[in-house]
Amino acid sequence: MKISISSQGSNPDSAVDPRFGRAAQFLIYDTDTASYEVISNSQGQEAAQGAGIKAAETISRCGAQVLITGHCGPKAFSTLKAAGIEVIIGAEGLSVSQAVDKYKSGQFDATNSSDVRGHWK
Amino acid sequence: MILAIASGKGGTGKTTVAANLAVCLPEPVHLLDCDVEEPNCHIFLNPEIKSTERFTLPFPTVDENRCNGCGECSNICQYNAIVSLKSKPLVFPELCHGCGGCSEVCPEEAITEAKREIGTISSGTWRHITFVQGLLDVGQSLSPPLIRAVKQHCGTNGITIIDCPPGTSCPVIAAVTKSDYVVLVSESSPFGLHDLDLAVDTMRKLDLNFGVVINRVSSLDHRVADYCRNAQIPILLEIPDDRKAAEAYSQGLLLVESVPGFRELFERLYNRILSESSQNRKPTPENKRDFEDIA
Repeated sequence: MKISISSQGSNPDSAVDPRFGRAAQFLIYDTDTASYEVISNSQGQEAAQGAGIKAAETISRCGAQVLITGHCGPKAFSTLKAAGIEVIIGAEGLSVSQAVDKYKSGQFDATNSSDVRGHWK
Repeated sequence: MILAIASGKGGTGKTTVAANLAVCLPEPVHLLDCDVEEPNCHIFLNPEIKSTERFTLPFPTVDENRCNGCGECSNICQYNAIVSLKSKPLVFPELCHGCGGCSEVCPEEAITEAKREIGTISSGTWRHITFVQGLLDVGQSLSPPLIRAVKQHCGTNGITIIDCPPGTSCPVIAAVTKSDYVVLVSESSPFGLHDLDLAVDTMRKLDLNFGVVINRVSSLDHRVADYCRNAQIPILLEIPDDRKAAEAYSQGLLLVESVPGFRELFERLYNRILSESSQNRKPTPENKRDFEDIA
C-alpha cells in the first residue's frame, strides 16, 4: 500500500506540510518495501486555480491510497474521495516518518469531510 | 470610434467621465457599462431598459459510459476544472472558463457542453444614447467573458464609450482591448499616482493610444500632473475639486446638467480626445520616468 504525505522537504525527517494543494512536495511511502519516493507538486504549486484538485490527481496517478496532510479544502476533498483515497488531516507539527508511524499504529482516523475552506492559507 | 474610460485606481471618476461625456456628444452614442461587478452608469442616466438576456458560459458534462479515463481532458485544462481519475471524471463548473478544449481533445467523444448562467445583459435607450450594461451574478468571479459579450453591442458608426472596471487585471484587459483611444481617469494622491502608473504600463503593453483626465484637482497636490508632463502623456482635462460637483454626484445627477461650467469642460474634453486620437501619438517607453522620482 502507498501512503502519500505532504512534505516541506524531500526526506522522512522533513516536516509535514500543513497545506495539501500548495504543498512543497509529496513523499510516497510504500508499506511493502518500507521505502520513500519523492514526488514533485510543481503542478499544484503553479496552478492558477484548483491547486488541490491538481495535487489530488498527482498523488492518485502515483497509486497512493492514503493521504496524510495538515488540512484539506472542499474541492481537494471531493477529488480525493472520487479517487478513493483515504484522507488523514491534523498531521501538522509532525515529521513525515512520525506521521507514517502514527498512521501505522492506528492513531489516526480518516476524515469524511474537508476541514478548511479553499484558499485557507 | 471606440473610447474606453479606465483608471487603475477605483473611485477616481470613470463613470462620471463616461456618463457626462456621453450626454455631451453631438452625435448618436453607444454607452457600454463594462464594470460588470458593479455597473453604475444607469444611476446617472436612468435609461429605459428594453431588453434583458441571461448570459451563459459552456462547461463540460461527461458521459461516464464513454469515458476511458485517459486524462487528456485534465491535461489540456489550464484551470483544473476537469480531472480524470481512473474511470471517474470530475467537473468543477465554477472553475471552468468555457474554452471547450476538453471536448475537442476527448478521443472517445464523451464530453458535451452544458450551460451555466453567470450574469445578465440589459439594453435600452436614453435620449440619443444606446445603453448596454453587463451585471455579473453575485458569487461568480469570471467577468471577462461577460465583458466581451457586452462589447458585442459596440455601435457600427458614431462613438462607443466603454466604462471599464478598475484595476489592471483580466477584466480591464477585456474591456479596453480593441478600443481606438483610452481615457485614464486619475486623482492626484499617492494611491492615485501609484495605480495610474500601473495603468499606463498596461496601456503601453497593449499598444493603446491614451491620455489622462485628472479629477478633483486642487492646489495642494500636483504629483499626477507632474508625472504626466514628465512621461509626455497628454492631460486631456483637469476637473476642479468642486463641492457642487460632489453634491450633484451624491444625488445621482449629471454634472453637465447641474453644475455651471461643467458642460463646457466635457465638450472641451471631447474635442481634445478627437484631436489626440487622430494624431495617433503613443508615448514611448523612453519618455517615461519612474514615478518614484516624483512621488
